[in-house]
Formats: sequence, C-alpha cells, structure tokens
Amino acid sequence: MISIESLSVQYGRFTAVDDVSFTARSGRVTGFLGPNGAGKSTTMRVMVGLTAPTAGRALIDGRPFADLPNPGLEVGVLLDASAQHAGRTGREILTIAQRTMGLPKARVEQMLHRVSLTATEADRRVRNYSLGMRQRLGIAAALIGDPEVLILDEPANGLDPAGIRWMRDLLREYADKGGTVLLSSHLLHEIEVIADDIVVIGNGRIVAQGTKAELLDAAGTLVRSPDPAHLTSALASAGITTTTTTDGALRTDADPARVGQVALATGIALTELRSADSAGLEEMFLELTAETQREGAAA
Amino acid sequence: MTTATLEAPTGTHPVPRERRAVQPIPMSRIVGIELRKMFDTRSGFWLMMSVGIAAVLATGATLLFAPRDELSYGSFAGAIGVPMTIILPMIAVLAVTSEWSQRTGLTTFTLVPHRGRVITAKLVGTLVVGVTSIAIAFAVGALGNVIGSAIAGVDTTWDISLGNAATILLADALGMLVGFMLGVLVRSSAGAIVGYFVYALVLPAALEALSAYQAWFHDHRGWLDFNFASSALYDGGLSGTEWAQVGVSGFFWLVLPLAIGLRMVLRSEVK
Repeated sequence: MISIESLSVQYGRFTAVDDVSFTARSGRVTGFLGPNGAGKSTTMRVMVGLTAPTAGRALIDGRPFADLPNPGLEVGVLLDASAQHAGRTGREILTIAQRTMGLPKARVEQMLHRVSLTATEADRRVRNYSLGMRQRLGIAAALIGDPEVLILDEPANGLDPAGIRWMRDLLREYADKGGTVLLSSHLLHEIEVIADDIVVIGNGRIVAQGTKAELLDAAGTLVRSPDPAHLTSALASAGITTTTTTDGALRTDADPARVGQVALATGIALTELRSADSAGLEEMFLELTAETQREGAAA
Repeated sequence: MTTATLEAPTGTHPVPRERRAVQPIPMSRIVGIELRKMFDTRSGFWLMMSVGIAAVLATGATLLFAPRDELSYGSFAGAIGVPMTIILPMIAVLAVTSEWSQRTGLTTFTLVPHRGRVITAKLVGTLVVGVTSIAIAFAVGALGNVIGSAIAGVDTTWDISLGNAATILLADALGMLVGFMLGVLVRSSAGAIVGYFVYALVLPAALEALSAYQAWFHDHRGWLDFNFASSALYDGGLSGTEWAQVGVSGFFWLVLPLAIGLRMVLRSEVK
C-alpha cells in the first residue's frame, strides 16, 4: 500500500505538487492520470526518496521509503526507462540490480524471459535499444526483487499495441496476487483499460479520485431517442437538465435508471440508454485539467 | 467498449502477501557493486586498462629515450607518474558523475536510498582502484628498471625509498580525492573533468606567474596552494612545515569543498 499524505513540493515560488493526498491500495491497480507537467513524476520521485517534499509525506506500507532495509525487494520502481548508462548491456543492468538486492543469479535469466528479451538482445548495449525494449528492461528491473509494490511512471510509453496488452495483463496479474500497482499516464485510455482506481491530477492538485466505477458514474448518462426534442422537454419537466451531443444524443448527470423511468412514464421510445463512461470520463478529464492544458479548454 | 468497463474489477479481494524478513544491504556489497560499475562499460573498461597501458608506454619511452647512464628506478617512476596523475583523478570523477550524467542515479539511489552509503562505497572503490593502479605502476616501473639496466649494462639503481613510495601513493590518492571532490561538487562529467584540468594544468601556471611577481604570495605559497604543497610529496622527505602546509592548504582546497559537495549530493533532487 502506498499512502500520500498532504504532499507538497515547491521550487522557489512554483508549486509543482500542491497538498496531494491519496492511497494506492494493495490488490488494485491505481492509475495516476494527468497531463504533462501536472506533477505526476514529481510525486512519484518523492515516494522513492529522490525528491524531498516541502511538506507532507509518502509512506510505503506505513514506512518512509528510506526506512526500507532493501527497497528493491519491497518496491519495484521504474521512473524513466531511458535513465540507464547507454554503454551497459541489458543483462548487466539486471545483474547490478540482482546483486544489489542479494538475489540468486538465476533471477536475471528468469526476468529476461518474463519480459521477452532474447539472449542476443540482453547482450546488446542499451544505447542500441528501442524505447519499447528499454521499457521491458525497466519492468524486468522493477520486478526482479518480487516486490509487493510497483511504482511505474508512464510504463506504456514506446510499447507497441501487443506490448501494451502484455503490460496490462502483467500488471493485472500482479494486483490480483495482492500487489499494489501505481502507474501514471497522460493517456486516459491507457489508464481506463487497466486501473481499478483512478487519481486525476492537474496543476499539481488532485482534481478527482475514486474507483473507476465511481468516476464513470460521475460521468453521467447518454440517452438517445428518435425524438430528442420531446425527450429533452420530458426530462426537463422532471428536473433533469441535458446537453445535446454532436450526434444528436443527450447527455445528463442523472443516472441511467432515473432517465429510463422518465422515458417510460412519458412513453418515449429510447434507442440507447447507457452510462456515458469513457466519452464522459474523457470530457471530464479534459475539463478538469483544462487550466493546465497547453491547448486550453477541451479539444 | 462498454463491456470492458462494465466488468467487475477482478482485484477487489486481495490476497494478503506474506511479508519476508528483509535484511539490510551490507556495505561490502555496495562497494562491490560500485567497483563493478567502474568496469562494466566499454569506456569504463578502457579507462581502467589505460592505467596499465600508460604504465607500459611510459616505461617503453624511458627505455628508448632516457640517457643510459642515468637509468634508475626514479626515472621510470617519474615517467609513469605523469599519466597516473591524469588518469586516476578521471576515474574518481567519472565514478561519481556518471550517476548524474547518465542518469543512472535514478536506479542507484532507489535501490540504496541512503546516498551517503553509495557515495562512501564509491570513495572506497575509487581508492581501491587507485592503490591497485599505483601498485601496478610501481611493478611495471621496476620491471623496466631491471630490463633497462641490463640492456645498458649498468648497475640497477633503486633510488626510491619505501617512505618516498608511500608519499607518492599519498600524492596520487590526494589527486584522486580532488577528482572525487569535483565530481560531487559539479555532478556533471564534462564540468568536473574541465574543472580538474583547470586545477591541475591552468591554475598552477597562473599561480606560478603570481608567485614570480608577488613576493608575499611567493613566501606563503605552500600554505595557500594545495597543488604546490602536495607536489612535494612526489619527492618525499617533507619537513614538518611542509606537512603542515599540505594539511592547511588541503583543508581549503579539498576538505571544505568536499564537505559542501557531499551536503549537496545528500540533499539535491535526483532527476
């Protein structure tokens, strides 16, 4: 379990992380979502003791990271797959991790196999690796100590679709075995397909957090009818405000059951009624982070 | 796309994992790792090899070019000493700065979250390499001396006392410490290497000029110029005053900036 308590990081007058609190629970994949520069990486660096917080603290299973006697056995960390000595081979990088943690030598081969790096690739120097291969190597280094907690910053960057699928299955399996997984991304879809819990950060502040289901509910309802004008007025008289989407469907914050009842009571046929889910979440994400988006409000 | 999101989360009932009894990482292991990291890249490997290569080349040059009747252990040791004073501090600089310049610190300082332990291990590793290198240099020089005097048909002269050998070792170790100090202070390979060359090559010339024109500086140079004071170690036989000068100038040129650099390393953000 990772608990972040009222964490703030300031650089001079600039506040990179502003009073952030959240918990990544064991047995679950927690997605840390936010646009570039929102404070995700800074928060993650504080968790592993690379950056000192201005206020607040980050605890791993109730202890500060620096108090872990052999952190590699308890927390697997991948902050930047490219932060490796370009002149070392992949195998050597894993060997350094294996020896630092005091693990048996065979773990290196096991991990290479686990992340599907061949023996030839493992003997190549990292300067010749693609970003996808570096991510796989980074995952191997994070997993080599069989830790209970995984902290991964943008692990899907540079992976091809099959690689992303592989990563998703791997992290799912990890969490199902009771591990805590925290991964960051600036891509909503990446987080949505894997996370159980989502923490959205923008401008250094948490703007939304909860289980994926909660956030999807909060995203509202999408309803479609052959006669949208009639439906709009029927819903309005029931006190439900709606907005019309570009393709003629109606979106509302009311839950689907309530919308269905109103439609039934007024005898309006519906062609579609569902939680707005991903479309709604994306809209919410863009809205919540609009101030920090370089492109301005929702694209 | 709705089916994916409507699936019940499979991870809602975590199986609590058994916590292992974790032993702290012993210091000896960290030193071993840091030593390994000095050799495990092509550039690192050849930097280490260059110690031996430079010793052999310097010995060869002495055999070829030195006047035959002046061949002694001192001439070999002096020739080998020149490249050593450059290579050894470079080894010390890179042991520290590569963590920042290559960004490996991100991994190193998360696997061992106490930076003081990592830096101490680097220092120990650097000194192990330094002492080993100097031992190799002395051995190659001795071999050159034996071969040289045999070729020249003169008596083999061993004109370096054990005490002088010890002060040479100390001088080289202090040079490495200056490199190490610049490494922790600058934390960038290029910057620290340039810094070392300024210290070892540019500054002495400037201070030499100052000494020529300023009588006061000339008289007190030993107390102020660490490079000048420690160069006496190569010749050995230091007086009490000379030892004190090494200590006093070393405090300002080495100990103080090293302390500042270490403080910065412990507190700075690793990115």
